[in-house]
Amino acid sequence: MSIFSPRILAVSALALMAATPLSAKTFVYCSEGSPEGFDPAPYTSGTTFDASGHAVYNRLVQFKPGTTEIEPALAESWDVSEDGLTYTFHLRKGVKFHSNDKFTPSRDFDADDVIFTFMRQADAKDPWHEYIPGITYEYYSSMEMDKLIKSIEKVDDNTVKFTLNHPEAPFLANIAMPFVSILSKEYADTLDKAGTREDLNNVPIGTGPFKFVAYQKDAVIRYQKNADYWGPAPKIDDLVFAITPDASVRLQKLKANECQLMPYPSPADIADIKADPNLKLDEQAGLNVGYLAYNTTVAPFDKPEVRKALNMAIDKKALVDAVYQGDAVVAKNPIPPTMWGYNDAIEADKYDPAAAKAALEAAGVKDLSMEVWAMPVQRPYMPNARRAAELIQSDFAKVGVKVDIVSYEWGEYLKKSMEEGRKGAVILGWTGDNGDPDNFLSVLLSCAAATPGGANRAYWCNKDFSDLLAKAKASSDHAERVKLYEEAQVIFKKEEPWATLAHSTQYVPMRKNVTGFVQSPLGDYTFENVDLTE
Amino acid sequence: MLRFILTKLLYLVPTMLGITLVAFGFIRLLPGDPVLLMAGERGVAPERYAQIAAQLGFDKPVWQQYLLYLNNLLHGDLGNSLVTKKPVLSEFLTLFPATVELGLCAIIIATAVGVPVGVIAAIKRGSWFDQISMTGALIGFSMPIFWWGLLLIIFFSGILQWTPVSGRISLMYFFPPVTGFMLIDSLISGQAGAFKSALSHLILPSVVLATIPLAVIARQTRSAMLEVMGEDYVRTARAKGLSPLRVIGVHALRNAMIPVITTIGLQIGVLLAGAILTETIFSWPGIGKWMIDSISRRDYPVVQSGLLLIAAIVMIVNLIVDLTYGLINPRIRHK
Repeated sequence: MSIFSPRILAVSALALMAATPLSAKTFVYCSEGSPEGFDPAPYTSGTTFDASGHAVYNRLVQFKPGTTEIEPALAESWDVSEDGLTYTFHLRKGVKFHSNDKFTPSRDFDADDVIFTFMRQADAKDPWHEYIPGITYEYYSSMEMDKLIKSIEKVDDNTVKFTLNHPEAPFLANIAMPFVSILSKEYADTLDKAGTREDLNNVPIGTGPFKFVAYQKDAVIRYQKNADYWGPAPKIDDLVFAITPDASVRLQKLKANECQLMPYPSPADIADIKADPNLKLDEQAGLNVGYLAYNTTVAPFDKPEVRKALNMAIDKKALVDAVYQGDAVVAKNPIPPTMWGYNDAIEADKYDPAAAKAALEAAGVKDLSMEVWAMPVQRPYMPNARRAAELIQSDFAKVGVKVDIVSYEWGEYLKKSMEEGRKGAVILGWTGDNGDPDNFLSVLLSCAAATPGGANRAYWCNKDFSDLLAKAKASSDHAERVKLYEEAQVIFKKEEPWATLAHSTQYVPMRKNVTGFVQSPLGDYTFENVDLTE
Repeated sequence: MLRFILTKLLYLVPTMLGITLVAFGFIRLLPGDPVLLMAGERGVAPERYAQIAAQLGFDKPVWQQYLLYLNNLLHGDLGNSLVTKKPVLSEFLTLFPATVELGLCAIIIATAVGVPVGVIAAIKRGSWFDQISMTGALIGFSMPIFWWGLLLIIFFSGILQWTPVSGRISLMYFFPPVTGFMLIDSLISGQAGAFKSALSHLILPSVVLATIPLAVIARQTRSAMLEVMGEDYVRTARAKGLSPLRVIGVHALRNAMIPVITTIGLQIGVLLAGAILTETIFSWPGIGKWMIDSISRRDYPVVQSGLLLIAAIVMIVNLIVDLTYGLINPRIRHK
């Protein structure tokens, strides 16, 4: 079965297509890669989430388009108990799951689907937990949902109660993420009976704006508008992902109108795109940060005055111009300015090599020689780490610090940069998952993350800072949380475990006749509001 | 003849065993591992790492993993991708026809152009044609494929708009894959214009992929022809008063083709290497790009079984090349 399944899939898809002529309004998106599968839960890449979670599915709650604010989705409303431990979700009625030639839902979306979605990830004994050998639920575990959720109960068909082990403010933002997209329990049962359980990952059935039609591996994904969609009806009839891994080729396709929108243009092409009369460019400050993390457990980087002095030696403006081609803002905080809780009152590091040199001397640092690690891959938060490292090398040379640039293969880089006693400073970055400041500060800078396998590459553990984060995480008072995060950034700046480098701009080039596309600060690509004018 | 084939096939067994060992070892010798790469910037706690490693069988000693792999292979199980969780064989079979289609077109272009160019260059040795074609071959041989592909796209698809930018067929055509070969499937589909669309999508990537083999074949044909044309039997043929066409076509070319066929056979490996870049530029859903992605993600099962499948195919092609010698050169057949 497995060998031929793509063929059967395509044939069934063809049957589906026969019902709807292709003369309809088709929107082609030149996506950058292939989805790993169509069940969003086991995967972690944005590419997969765009193709599955965002197109085909919905969550209980969702991010309001263009923001990281939470709004109702499959849950129409919810109540939170006084102690912040119980969340009761009132589910939307009359929501239909998609149908295909092998599955027609007999009932609307209900509480059983919510429980199925969460329990298959939460409970290792659930019959669907390992429905494909070797499957794991990385987001569920890394967002610590397993430690957070105590129980999930069905109150009635349209009410579900979540009980938490401890109050956690980012909980709602977490369940707006694609890994907890709501799947149909009835569809899973049907597949189970047919003996084709793996189709849960191959032929997705959701409640989302688009129905899955067919996937030709590494080439094309086809979707069709969901005519029964509970939300505003999509304006395009067919959505096609034309998988195009090379950025320059994506641009050529866009210019030739072979597709209408593309992600991740090469920074070198931005000027060309701006000059093209048939294209337009949407730009937005990205929810990300690129940084240089010192190892604060190794002398002389254990002294905040040394770190501050080195930060003063870096010409960040020049770095933004050279590395990001100017398409970024200089970072002064560890979280980006578009995120709530950003403390704009904090003063940026001054670029002052003379003062830096004097401060280093005052701290007793002489003839310092150090490593700067340059990551071997490109990321939106750091398009060219090698170049950044070279600039830092020459800046540090001006204050008498000798720098050796080192790099490793990406997997090794991630591993070695987290080794205790690591020498040197590491260039790395982060892109937000859910728009909550906790998703930056706790993941990257808390004491809990300063352990092997964590992501606190400065190995910086400041108790006051971590206490503020813990307090903010448990509070459901938004104004209080803002205040706590602002205080945390003050401590960060006093200690400067990193040199914060930049927050890069996200660009989305598209044809002039595309309307309704709203960039997500989280870097998601969603098309339910997109339209094409003549 | 049968014995010849059987002996050759028997040689394949130890070679294949060696390849399993090399493929298995090679991907594990590379630094970095799949679990860490999946975790990315976030990192993974040591307990969780151990849990996933155990689930994937990486906690066992390497030799045990290897024996388990061999055992599974003997039972026809090539393993599942760590990334997509799908069987390696099913992914391979889905993608392989695209690579074959591209490779065949490339080798046809390379041979159809390379051999005549080489022959003419040899006959007109020292002429302007010889000079230009051999300089062209040298440039073609040294061409960075990625740059060359992009240049052709920008010129032919962007500026002239003669060919589509990338993909295998226009998105307006949609039919089930029957053979996996787009040219054939588009004909079977019966949809008007589908075949033309598939063909137009094939032109640029085939030309790009054919560039290096074409250069090699042209140069090889030229030198083989020059060598043969100095032989006594060619001089005799000329002396007998045979027409120049017959001298070159029958007496010289047939003998010159032996090393050329070896060269063409050897180009299969070059084609697969070239396919990696060509497939990436032209968004061509084949096995070259699949292998590269899998190597960079340390998708062990895909790399080790994918390499094995590719090696098996290269060996079978080489065997076929060996057999065609016999057709051209009776001396080998009689041995």
